[in-house]
Amino acid sequence: MTNRTFRGGLHPYDGKELSKDKPIKDIMPKSELLFPLSQHIGAPAVPIVEKGEHVLAGQMIAKAGGFVSAPIYASVSGTITTIEPRRVISGEMANCIVIENDGLYEEIAPLEKVDLASLTKQEIIERISLAGIVGMGGAGFPTHVKLSPKEPDKITYVIINCAECEPYLTSDYRRMIEEPDKIIGGLKIILQLFDNAKGIIAIEDNKPDCIEIIKKMVKEEPRIAVKSLKTKYPQGAERQLIYAVTKRAINSSMLPADAGCVVNNADTAVAVQQAVLFGKPLISRIVTVTGDAISSPSNFRVRMGMKMSELVEEAGGFSKQPEKLISGGPMMGISLFDLDVPIVKTSSALLCLSKDDVSKWEPSACINCGKCVEVCPGRIVPSRLADYSEHSNIEAFEKANGMECCECGCCSYICPAKRQLTQSIKSMRKMILANRKK
Amino acid sequence: MNDLTKISSNPHTRSKITTGNIMLTVIVALLPATLFGIYNFGISALILILVTIGSAVLSEYFYEKFMKQKSTIHDLSAVVTGLLLALNLPPAAPWWIGVIGGAFAIIVVKMLFGGIGQNFMNPALAARCFLMISFASIMTNFQCDAYSQATPLATLKSGGVVDIFSMVTGKIPGTIGETSMIAIVLGACILILTGVIDLKIPGSYLISFVIFISLFGGRGFDYQFISAHLAGGGLMLGAFFMATDYVTRPITSKGQILYGILLGVLTGLFRLFGGSAEGVSYAIIISNLLVPLIEKITMPKGFGSGGLKHEKNVA
Repeated sequence: MTNRTFRGGLHPYDGKELSKDKPIKDIMPKSELLFPLSQHIGAPAVPIVEKGEHVLAGQMIAKAGGFVSAPIYASVSGTITTIEPRRVISGEMANCIVIENDGLYEEIAPLEKVDLASLTKQEIIERISLAGIVGMGGAGFPTHVKLSPKEPDKITYVIINCAECEPYLTSDYRRMIEEPDKIIGGLKIILQLFDNAKGIIAIEDNKPDCIEIIKKMVKEEPRIAVKSLKTKYPQGAERQLIYAVTKRAINSSMLPADAGCVVNNADTAVAVQQAVLFGKPLISRIVTVTGDAISSPSNFRVRMGMKMSELVEEAGGFSKQPEKLISGGPMMGISLFDLDVPIVKTSSALLCLSKDDVSKWEPSACINCGKCVEVCPGRIVPSRLADYSEHSNIEAFEKANGMECCECGCCSYICPAKRQLTQSIKSMRKMILANRKK
Repeated sequence: MNDLTKISSNPHTRSKITTGNIMLTVIVALLPATLFGIYNFGISALILILVTIGSAVLSEYFYEKFMKQKSTIHDLSAVVTGLLLALNLPPAAPWWIGVIGGAFAIIVVKMLFGGIGQNFMNPALAARCFLMISFASIMTNFQCDAYSQATPLATLKSGGVVDIFSMVTGKIPGTIGETSMIAIVLGACILILTGVIDLKIPGSYLISFVIFISLFGGRGFDYQFISAHLAGGGLMLGAFFMATDYVTRPITSKGQILYGILLGVLTGLFRLFGGSAEGVSYAIIISNLLVPLIEKITMPKGFGSGGLKHEKNVA
């Protein structure tokens, strides 16, 4: 069988060997923790605690600010010191609830354990919504909204995205090796919501060990199958993944549900399983701390709100002076200038590189080589779109389907002239989206 | 530590491909044809090649110096232009032809339109056509120390018989770099294997050309006739090295195929019905002019633009 994929994409240096054999290690935060109120797409959460209040791990500290929103839970026990703007991953100052860790890690009693079979669909979604689960692959879309399409009967595929196509990241890989039962458990719960759906666990073929393990485990499951995908970036991008698995192509204005699909990340599936079966809210996640500037690259189970600087300490500190710090992977991550920012629900990695690849190059003139067109998974013409963007030509940009860009970064990566194509297209998209909201 | 880390928009990593090493690959890929040309036509060919490259590079250097622009000669594109032009010159051409041609290619065709990436015609071919019009007798004189007969294509056009074997190896009169099909295809393989070009343009060009001359050549699908046309003149050099010039070919993949077909038809037209035996250069520069139009009608519509048309195959 040929492995499934999409057209375009590329193979950046993947760097996964640095951390792929490091088992998940639980680490505990030391000092204060920061909980930004906006860790998801949608309305920010609304604080329900006050300054000076004592909270326990697993206690809700902010409630959902609307339907498309998610509550936030304390990940340690301690005292609320303040609610004020603090630096977050994006570099902006955003409202955060600050908790002084008392070091006791006292936990609140979780919701009562339930028998899955006794839950109605509505109750399952309510438990997911209450646990504050959002898409943990990076976008942070509230999971309960994703799981509530207009016509649930028309969903034919529930896809668990275990592609992990982003270089350096190994958190999903470790999950699949160490806790595959939790991923499968999460998928089973989601499948209960969609009677006509088949469950697909989609894994890139550079992880044959995971494919084998999970295949063995789902052999007896009539509704679940493992699909091996060709290893290629960005195989894990939602639309490309849906296409690879189902051959159904959707454009940027359509939802996965329009193609009869619901896509969730591996870590999200685990969070769903924990929330529905054990009533545990989302207070931790797996984070890969890696890069050539880190002494011992690791995979950590991290409490939300913990500062990135503490993660570096846990990984043995820097072995070289880092020149570039990235939250997430090298292709779609956000570069950091301050490590005193908190881990949030969507932080999958902290990448510390001793050399910055970007500032090394000076952008030069486009030679029209078309490499950006070849690699673009969105099947658009990045070099032209970047020109339109640089000339602020909104009309031409939209006409050339600029809004179809998924900002995967392939065009900038491949460009021989080292043009900042993704950046130009991204800023134009931002501008157009902002105008539309007005 | 904060002042030492660098910030950028994603992606934070870059491939090792640069404009310079693409151009270097093209130069390496042209070496078999170049070396064969020197072997075939002697030391005068080498001198002409060096003079033409020197003229192209110095033109770019002095133009940018004079215009107070940043020098771009390190990207090697002027070397490629000079080399390609030289390979398209008759071996007996005097040295000043190379000087004029190189300067025209760079200053008039490339720099005046904004430098690398901005020219709308292939500089080497535009310069060749300029020289053909200006110095017709020099540019069509293929008699040199090594050869005194007409080129195979001219022989073919006047109804004569040609030796296919020597056309494939290249021991025939012609321009410096166009004679050896083997050397050119060897270079083309380098370009294809290194991913600098793909087969869309050369493939559609050659196939449509063969179909055209089979239909209108008056000899049907005649193996001898077709092979002579493929191996003769500048077709191979044009199809693999000049029609594929990034700047002057369409960027869209459908457009590239359309462009190749257009080239095949035009080359066929010029060779069969035109005044001269050769037509590749004119076919390419005319098609260059149609590139914006071709791109306009072949712009991709984006991933998933057709909605869910595949659904039936799946369900």
